[in-house]
Amino acid sequence: MAPPMGGRRMRGMKPTVKNPGKLFKRILGFVFKKYPVRLIIVFVCIVVSVLATIQGTMFMRTLIDDFIIPLTKSVKPDFAPLAREIFRVACFYLVGAAASYIQGRILVVVSQGTLRDLRNEMFNKMQSLPIKYFDTHSHGDIMSIYTNDIDTMRQIISSSLPQIVTSAFTIISTFVCMVALSIPLTGVTLLMVGVVLLVTKKIAGQSGKYFVKQQKDLGTVNGYIEEMINGQKVVKVFCHEEKNIEDFNKLNEQLFDSAYNAHKFANIIGPINGQLGHLSYVFCAIVGGILAMMIPQGSFFALSLGELASFLTFNKSFSMPINQISQQFNAIIMALAGAERVFGLLDEIPETDEGYVTLVRAKKVDGQIEETTERTGMWAWKHVHHDTGAVEYVELQGNVVFDDVDFGYNDDKMVLHNIKMFAEPGQKIAFVGSTGAGKTTITNLINRFYDIQDGKIRYDGININKIKKDDLRHSLGIVLQDTHLFTNTVMENIRYGKLDATDEEVIAAAKLANADSFIRHLPEGYNTMLTGDGSNLSQGQRQLLAIARAAVADPPVLILDEATSSIDTRTEKIVQDGMDNLMHGRTTFVIAHRLSTVKNSDCIMVMEQGRIIERGTHDQLIEQQGRYYQLYTGNKAKA
Amino acid sequence: MLKVLAEQTKGYRRDSALTPIFMILEVVLETMIPLLMGSIIDNGVEKGDMNHIIKMGIYMVIAAGLGLFTGLMGAKYGARASTGLAKNLRKTMFEKIQTYSFSNIDKYSTAGLVTRLTTDVTNVQNAYQMLLRMFVRAPATLVFAMTMAFRISSKLSMVYLGAVFFLTIVLTIGIPLVSKYFTKVFKKYDALNASVQENISGIRVVKAFVREDFEKTKFGKASQNIYNLFLKAENITILMSPVMMITIYTCILLISWLGAKVIVQNVMSTGDLMALLTYCLNILSSLMIVSFMFIMLTMSSAAAKRIVEVITEEPTVKNPENPICEVKDGSVEFKNVFFKYNQGDEGENVLSDVSLSIKSGETIGIIGGTGSAKSTLVSLISRLYDATDGEVLVGGINVKDYDLEELRNKVAVVLQKNVLFSGSILENLRWGNLNATEEQCREACELACADEFIEKLPEKYETHIEQGGTNVSGGQRQRLCIARALLKNPKILILDDSTSAVDTATDAKIRQAFKDKIPDTTKIIIAQRISSVQHADKIIVLDEGKVNGFGSHDELVKTNNIYREVYESQTNGNGDFDENGGED
Repeated sequence: MAPPMGGRRMRGMKPTVKNPGKLFKRILGFVFKKYPVRLIIVFVCIVVSVLATIQGTMFMRTLIDDFIIPLTKSVKPDFAPLAREIFRVACFYLVGAAASYIQGRILVVVSQGTLRDLRNEMFNKMQSLPIKYFDTHSHGDIMSIYTNDIDTMRQIISSSLPQIVTSAFTIISTFVCMVALSIPLTGVTLLMVGVVLLVTKKIAGQSGKYFVKQQKDLGTVNGYIEEMINGQKVVKVFCHEEKNIEDFNKLNEQLFDSAYNAHKFANIIGPINGQLGHLSYVFCAIVGGILAMMIPQGSFFALSLGELASFLTFNKSFSMPINQISQQFNAIIMALAGAERVFGLLDEIPETDEGYVTLVRAKKVDGQIEETTERTGMWAWKHVHHDTGAVEYVELQGNVVFDDVDFGYNDDKMVLHNIKMFAEPGQKIAFVGSTGAGKTTITNLINRFYDIQDGKIRYDGININKIKKDDLRHSLGIVLQDTHLFTNTVMENIRYGKLDATDEEVIAAAKLANADSFIRHLPEGYNTMLTGDGSNLSQGQRQLLAIARAAVADPPVLILDEATSSIDTRTEKIVQDGMDNLMHGRTTFVIAHRLSTVKNSDCIMVMEQGRIIERGTHDQLIEQQGRYYQLYTGNKAKA
Repeated sequence: MLKVLAEQTKGYRRDSALTPIFMILEVVLETMIPLLMGSIIDNGVEKGDMNHIIKMGIYMVIAAGLGLFTGLMGAKYGARASTGLAKNLRKTMFEKIQTYSFSNIDKYSTAGLVTRLTTDVTNVQNAYQMLLRMFVRAPATLVFAMTMAFRISSKLSMVYLGAVFFLTIVLTIGIPLVSKYFTKVFKKYDALNASVQENISGIRVVKAFVREDFEKTKFGKASQNIYNLFLKAENITILMSPVMMITIYTCILLISWLGAKVIVQNVMSTGDLMALLTYCLNILSSLMIVSFMFIMLTMSSAAAKRIVEVITEEPTVKNPENPICEVKDGSVEFKNVFFKYNQGDEGENVLSDVSLSIKSGETIGIIGGTGSAKSTLVSLISRLYDATDGEVLVGGINVKDYDLEELRNKVAVVLQKNVLFSGSILENLRWGNLNATEEQCREACELACADEFIEKLPEKYETHIEQGGTNVSGGQRQRLCIARALLKNPKILILDDSTSAVDTATDAKIRQAFKDKIPDTTKIIIAQRISSVQHADKIIVLDEGKVNGFGSHDELVKTNNIYREVYESQTNGNGDFDENGGED
């Protein structure tokens, strides 16, 4: 079934994660599987450092109650016990600091390592996906998984997760201490925490509402900017500047309004929670003060001055993590939405390959084909028959047959119907026809970028479904209409066609493709770096490189999609000659736009609406005075 | 740079000023609280004075309430100031870009301009908000907490002073180191993403050559490299945390020890000690915040720089002081025109010594190889660029003397890289003339042979065009663009390779329609196909920025080598064959 059509994902729609709990568990599982020992150490470290911090807070009580107050009362104060106590606490602190350092060190390895593994897994997965995935998802969307979504994952792993653990542990342990110190004061604190949560929820809701609107407005403004800047030259030509400014200002004002409100509410949460925290502190102080004075020592509610001091510190360290988590809530949900898309990519179903016929080097011994490791220049299909186990070798020649092929990108909408054709080794088959007639589609089928719904395609007599995809593609050369080059040297870009090609082979291929002379004129010749998809080259030069790249691979069958973009006549001649050289002696399927290509083809297929409506040589078709004649002459057909 | 940015706060200056004031007030109130706390313990609890506790408690509630008020105000004004700045920046940049000439636009890439208007603005907005709120708040906290601490005990507070001194040194060494590593990492990170982008757009090549494993290895290496760099950068950052912790703990223990001694000597109270310890965290954590804010600010300063660049860019083509507001006729004359894209000495002449005279109403074809400056030549007519030397005259008057809008309305250019905008077909057509009636639009479309396919669309002239016109074919898009230009009712119509994707038959039909329906308009047609210009009154043959030939088809075939070569190659089976250039 077809994946849902791409279409730019609406950025900033309210993030909705179907099952946050499950997703969270999956992230944890992913991390834990890779770094089980490290994660356990991290957990221990968190516990240790939280405990150390609490030890320190507890020290406040002992400091005042057990040391300072007795000291003030004694006539001859002895500071030695206090010194010992401070030394003891210092040790705790040191352990805590060490633990937090170790925790940090390990977490960096874990989080960066996980991100690296995620990136690699994503990329590896992506390489295994069928072309359909790339045709049905906008490239911008796929990219944003690598850029935005993985970034949010980093946030979860390196900061949210440890923070949640730390906060949870701090909250629990502080709570225990608070209860131990004074139950009524704990009650007061809890009450205030309740208020904080309530207020946060209310404001976060408001803020979220405006944030969604802001994201929407931002999307509109950005879309407008992108469109108009892209068409800025047209804007100038039509003197549309004033009108544009007017429209833009309207959108800009709207964005300001929602952005202002969104930020206002987001900013408010901090101070409100902070002051509520202070109020909690104040209430505890007053209630605590009353308890310390009114309740006689030894009774249940009794509180010493030192205990009050400690409690107040706990009060602060109790409300802090709660504030932090509540403020982060939105961010975490947002991050989970990113994680969902990352896992979405990882869960895509890869291209399947049930083929078992492989391509092997071969040599002929007494007329019999045998497998060999020598570089004989001869290749053969190795066909191991399932039922008998017998091995059969078929020489790779480049015979391609389409037998009543039907195809549709979706099952319910066929774009090719009853395609029948055959190409003998070395023949040149041209496809002509108007846009959308299905010419490019046919080339997608031979190398199994897409699988056909009905009929059969045979390669040297073997059903291509039985051939291992990699081997099938190795035996096919392809020059696409849009040339794609990679950031690397010219040499390496050509070598892409055959990784173990020597420099000499590369240069020979470039010569064959007519690319050698322009390459030698580049500042660093074959070592010139290409960047940004070869943006430093002209259209024609890029095409020449693509031809050279196919030439170095030296396949018996070629698929050529001629470029239509207007390059000037002279360059075109060079490109044309390069293509002709490449086609020589190979079975070639060419989507033709040039008369010269079409004219000397062995067979021309005229396509319309997914069907071959005319076929024959140039002369035959002209004679027919049908669609081809009409396309060729620009005159209306007789029939 | 700061001056330019400061100007952009216009309308939000009050907010920008009030935000830090409220933030400082909030800090003052916050710092009072530990003091009041101390007072409760000392004078209230220890002396058993319940009234004092209540009194101080009330003070504290008032302080918290005021703190809340100032906090809210700070939040509000901060949000207004920063989002207001962002709005102004977008507005100013957008308006500025509208005044850009073609050469200004060429200087920036489209993607670059979009980034400046979007991501960069958001970065600056966030930085400004932080600057107004946190950047004031944190140092203020530091100062007030320190002052309070000194008021309690100047001797003990020396401990804090020492700690601040120590941390400042650590941070000034550490932060540049960290930010250096992070800039490096993020650069690599961008490169990695760029290579992913490359892989996605070239996925057919990857799969066709079965290079999946090769790509995986390549990516894996780059990914590992980034991992290593990140580890380096983060390991330094992580060192900060224990240093900070140890400093805080040392302070606490030192204050406790020294405090105990002072209290015993009855110089200080236990309440004071408590307050002093509270300030410890305030002081040191705000120092930490300040230092990290420096990192953030340096990061966003790059964005600010890019924005200022756009704002301060000078448009190279400007309206004259006393513009002439009427274009008399469609005659065009080039007098010894030279042109180069880069002003100044460097750069080669793209056009050199071009002199031509075109009469009103003539049809002129232009032919020449890539880089022969065909597009450049015609763009001088509507002043999309200004000639470096020499004069371009339209209707007998130098184009530099015309009102720009009038000139461009009378000289309609259909650009080679043309775009349609999202909106209905009618809306797109009306770019040519905002007040055009539906009837006028239809007429223009008939002339451009666009009518025939529009009528076949389900919603006809109301059909929605996607951004960039992706839902119509190349040939259809070109015809719509021609119709749009025709609606201007121009005196000169320039088609820059505008029918390359239109099939030969329709192309001929359009040319015929031009001849019959708009005979008075000067038509200048750039084309690759000889058949598109063959029937023009005169044809200009351009070669490397020079006029190589200028005459009718018959003359040129006889006299001009370049023209003959192109003509022969196209008629001998090298021409365009396909009906529609744009492939699906």
